[in-house]
Amino acid sequence: MNQTESEQLLTLEAGGIHYRDLNETIRQAVADGVTEFKLTGVKGQRYIATGLKGDLHFLIQGTPGQDMAAFMNGPCIRVEGNAQDGVGNTMDDGRIVITGLAGDVIGYSMRGGKIFVRGDVGYRVGIHMKAYLDKLPTVIIGGKAGDFLGEYMAGGVIILLGLFTAKTMAPIAGRSLGTGMHGGVIYVRGALPEEQLGPGLSAQPVDDEDRRIIVENVTEFAAEFGENPSLILAEPFIKVRPFSHRPYKNLYCPC
Amino acid sequence: MLFQPINKSYNDFQIERDKDACINCEVCVRQCSYGAHEWDENRKLVRHDNTKCVGCHRCEALCPTQALTIRRKQSEFREHALWKPHFIKNIYKQADTGGVLLGGMGCVTGIPIYFDNLLLDASQVTNPSIDPLREPMELKTFLGAKPDRLEFEETDHGPRVKTTVAPQIELEYPIMFAAMSLGAINFNLHQAMARAATETGIAWNTGEGGLHKDLYQYGKNTIVQVASGRFGVHADYLNAGVAIEIKIGQGAKPGIGGHLPGEKIDARVSQTRMIPLGSDAISPAPHHDIYSIEDLHQLIFALKEATAYTKPVAVKIAAVHHAAAIASGVVRAGADIVVVDGIRGGTGAAPAMFRDYVGIPIELALAAVDQRLRDEGIRNRASIVASGGIRCSADAIKAIALGADAIYIGTAALMAVGCTMCGRCYTGKCPWGIATNDPNLAKRQNPDIAARKMANLITAWGHEMQEMLGAMGLNSIESLRGNRDKLRAVGLNQIELDILGVKHAGR
Repeated sequence: MNQTESEQLLTLEAGGIHYRDLNETIRQAVADGVTEFKLTGVKGQRYIATGLKGDLHFLIQGTPGQDMAAFMNGPCIRVEGNAQDGVGNTMDDGRIVITGLAGDVIGYSMRGGKIFVRGDVGYRVGIHMKAYLDKLPTVIIGGKAGDFLGEYMAGGVIILLGLFTAKTMAPIAGRSLGTGMHGGVIYVRGALPEEQLGPGLSAQPVDDEDRRIIVENVTEFAAEFGENPSLILAEPFIKVRPFSHRPYKNLYCPC
Repeated sequence: MLFQPINKSYNDFQIERDKDACINCEVCVRQCSYGAHEWDENRKLVRHDNTKCVGCHRCEALCPTQALTIRRKQSEFREHALWKPHFIKNIYKQADTGGVLLGGMGCVTGIPIYFDNLLLDASQVTNPSIDPLREPMELKTFLGAKPDRLEFEETDHGPRVKTTVAPQIELEYPIMFAAMSLGAINFNLHQAMARAATETGIAWNTGEGGLHKDLYQYGKNTIVQVASGRFGVHADYLNAGVAIEIKIGQGAKPGIGGHLPGEKIDARVSQTRMIPLGSDAISPAPHHDIYSIEDLHQLIFALKEATAYTKPVAVKIAAVHHAAAIASGVVRAGADIVVVDGIRGGTGAAPAMFRDYVGIPIELALAAVDQRLRDEGIRNRASIVASGGIRCSADAIKAIALGADAIYIGTAALMAVGCTMCGRCYTGKCPWGIATNDPNLAKRQNPDIAARKMANLITAWGHEMQEMLGAMGLNSIESLRGNRDKLRAVGLNQIELDILGVKHAGR
């Protein structure tokens, strides 16, 4: 592991290093007061920035592995490349920017912070995201999404643009979008085929407040990736909201 | 009258009031949260409505003149071996509501309780029994991965263990309080469990609803749980306890998730779970980041990374048909502790079909899991915790002889503070102040008294366990672990004996 150190900046060449050693080095550096990290040659090392908190910045070059930023509370990460599954798993706060695409189960149960993915994402993204007090988790996807986007969603915002995609023939979102959602909102740019929606859900027009949230987040998204926000916003958006915050209230009878 | 419920008068319980004894003091009116007792202003006396009684016995327990008796309603259907009354009544209920039958507490059916067919050994003549009142008797238990071998090195101060041992939970008794979430039960009882566990040197489990910040001080005796809803799960929470438990399944309802109804989400529950007030807290059936043993490995190590490898990670599974193979996968995925929860495990709410018919008894699952891990040479890599219907210290001792390192008690712990198994936990109206967050009901549980009762139960069971061990000529619980030769069975067939790994009594 090559290390070039300044007071607060640590550059680590991660190639060939086991994740456990890499992450232990990072944890130790954080304890020693390092706040900025540049990780180069990352090849699938898992759990980068998992469980870390505070005002930390990561620039990751390569492909970080599973569960990057799980349980993370605060740090900012920019990935120049693709990310694997489980990015931002149960994350509390922080900011993740991925210039490529990302795998399955992104933002599972996340409670706060933002995740920006320029390209496509896989299956089961944004499942059980939840909002609480001032925490409003947000996932913005530049490409298309797989099945079960926002399933069981309990809070927060997902914005799906469908623009920067390699899946030209696929619908913008897979099947069962928003199934069982009981909070939060999913915004989709352009049209959403009705058959991709979960039971009981429908695509609705956006209002001024929705528009404000979309504009704010798309502007941030465009700034991260050097895109023109007005081009992205030129197309209308629709929204998917839960039909009840207690979808299973009348399911039972006492025995 | 077009659509009147058939079962309007087929109530389950009947309140008997001794009119001579009743002084119309209205204690029963104030105690019943279901409104079964009422003050009749016209007649100036207390009356009751049997159809509202859930059989919790709270009024009976608190009546100052013992004027009340709660009985099953005497009215009986014509005898029929197949159509027992509860099947008939359930059909009426479902025809009226179209609802899924929901029940609390554990399995109510009469599946065999193997504990009752297992008998313990005692010393006679050839080896002396030990009196724990006079001689040391070790119940101390360590849960966590044990190394394949220990290496030592010479130092100036004598030999020293060179092997790094994985983090362990240290228990003074091989008993822990099972996962019961804040929300399902109230803060007073979380506090009571935390304090009783701390006093007795055992551990309690937060359940899947997070840990209230006022209870972080009891971290050394706390196991924090991570379930599919990830309620209240964050880095500080993961680091707050002595271990982390991933809940995959629960014996009372294997294969399904949980719904904590909005009625039970008050300010403190909302704050701890970090979800809005009054919204349902829905735990999906699977963890959506776990669809395989490899995915489980991924979460186990995500938790280890988030806690810098300082805490053992437990994985709780329901006892199901392939429990042994699943447990093997769980251990190979890196779990330090495997928790197996049998079909008789309790719950605040489960669809009755799951509660009664899904899963297998803990005795068979436990014996199969222990044997499988031994056969595969990986038994040392994880401790086994058994739960699901442990009723007394003898059940606990038998579970340990069948291969458990420790046991969890949930229902028994709640009984210690008054639970009568009325099974209406999901209504949020528990008259005993247990499964409710209504402040007027929750205050019926004084945390000081509740902690005392729970701690008493642990020390009482501990004492009995020491006596039973002593009678067998053992001076340490360690000598009983997986020592099935200390068990004999009565009334079981050869297949059952083979699975339990126990000889029939007389052999």
